[in-house]
Amino acid sequence: MPDKRLLALGAALLAACAFFLFWGLKGPTGFILELRATKLAALLLVGAAVGISTVVFQTVTGNRILTPSIMGFDSLFLLVQSLMVLTMGSLGYAMADGPAKFLLDTALMMAASLALFSLLMGRGRGDLHRMILVGVIFGLFFRSMTAFVLRLIDPSEFAVVQQVMFASFGAVDTTQLAMAAALFVPVFAAIWKLAPALDIVALGRDSAIGLGLRHDRLSTVLLLLVAALVAVSTALVGPVSFLGLLVAALAHQLMQTPRHVLLLPAAALISGLVLVIGQGVFERILGLQSTLAVIIEFFGGLLFLYLVLGGRRR
Amino acid sequence: MIAIRNLSHRIGGAPILTDVTLDLPKDGITAIIGPNGAGKSTLMGLMARLLPIQEGKVEVDGLCVTRTRTDLLAKRLAIVTQRVGVASRLRVGDLVGFGRWPHHHGRPRPEDHEAVERALEAFDLVELRDRFLDELSGGQNQRAFIAMGLAQETDWLLLDEPLNNLDMYHARALMARIHALSRAGGRSVVMVVHDINYAAAWADHVVALKDGRLADQGAPRDVLTAPKLSELFGMEIGVEEINGRPTVLHHA
Repeated sequence: MPDKRLLALGAALLAACAFFLFWGLKGPTGFILELRATKLAALLLVGAAVGISTVVFQTVTGNRILTPSIMGFDSLFLLVQSLMVLTMGSLGYAMADGPAKFLLDTALMMAASLALFSLLMGRGRGDLHRMILVGVIFGLFFRSMTAFVLRLIDPSEFAVVQQVMFASFGAVDTTQLAMAAALFVPVFAAIWKLAPALDIVALGRDSAIGLGLRHDRLSTVLLLLVAALVAVSTALVGPVSFLGLLVAALAHQLMQTPRHVLLLPAAALISGLVLVIGQGVFERILGLQSTLAVIIEFFGGLLFLYLVLGGRRR
Repeated sequence: MIAIRNLSHRIGGAPILTDVTLDLPKDGITAIIGPNGAGKSTLMGLMARLLPIQEGKVEVDGLCVTRTRTDLLAKRLAIVTQRVGVASRLRVGDLVGFGRWPHHHGRPRPEDHEAVERALEAFDLVELRDRFLDELSGGQNQRAFIAMGLAQETDWLLLDEPLNNLDMYHARALMARIHALSRAGGRSVVMVVHDINYAAAWADHVVALKDGRLADQGAPRDVLTAPKLSELFGMEIGVEEINGRPTVLHHA
């Protein structure tokens, strides 16, 4: 029997989607609906990817504070983008925009994230201070490298980079969206199949091995899947630093269970809900576009401070 | 029987274990004793495949630890270590339930629930089953993790310093429970013990390690003698016989 809380979340998400699609519908209905539906699909897909990847990442690394983005992932994305502008020029960068660039972005981000994540495994696993330090230092490193590259490029080209510095759900390419979906579906399926094993991974390496799990191999597989999700969603809409943290914390708080069969769908639903409602309210009611990311960063950042300073450390 | 043959282990060039050959008898409680840094936990970790074996061989009831599939070994041998980093917010009942994973791989059957009930009862955890682990005292926590190992229903139960952080009341209660398991429950228990008197009072077999080498092994009466213990720990230790058990006077 499906969990009641999951059903409630699902119903809320459906309502939010309906609100997003049909609120203030005027003019050429078909055209607007198509536009909105694309945007909605992107929101839901990215939401699910960010929510699920963060929960899996936190389980594998054994902490509740770090997320892939806090590990400096989005700064890395910006660095890659500004390097592209530097080497290809803004014209080349704009021309390259399309499926090829999307694939290149994804591949680059996956390789980089694996290198980054591998720093977390091994002897330092579970050492929260070390992980936060690594994350902060890498974030800083990537950010200052980005700043350095931005100095080198033309002011007019700077504007091009600036566009990708905040997450934007405004202009999502349908081809890219289809490609992302094609990649997400098998990854989601693989993670879903591993969900019961994730419950055991959360017990820590020693207990997991004692219970007969091939822990080290499984962790690598899981981090690979996380890398794929994070890379694709970042390439699709740009960086959303604190969304994952916000969503994972809410999912754990709401479900209060160690079972990932419940946690993962909860995270995906909550994430979709936050994005759809947030974007909907901003676009339809406040009439301000592309500031959703700022709000999410604001609340996510506050939550991060709360978790680090006052909250539970695990 | 756990057969350990020519086992050596190094961490970063430093020898932790050197050429240990040893048979741990089935049935009863085996206590591993020795000073800090003698390699007790490493030996335990190697036996339970938590660490990769570099040199030598370990067989659990004839199954080679490195070559046997890890999920099959999990039905023969359970280990409870002291280093636990649990990422989830767990209830006691959930934790003990995870001990059944080797048997059901995510789909608990009725007999799994029964085994969990038995483990909860054996360690007096029935009333605590809905409490979160982070709300428990150290002793209750320890009991919950050992109950998880028990629920695994393996022939072998390996416990790394189960008495750590327990006061004498809880330490004795826990030892009595483990002893009962090794008798009525038919489990073979191997445990690392720091307080020698617990080994003297409850163990059937004692293994002494020093500087990564096997110093001695045998019945408590034979191993826990004043000259041997003084040599093992490098200090003057007196041993008196009280109620037919050796009692170690190490505190003054």
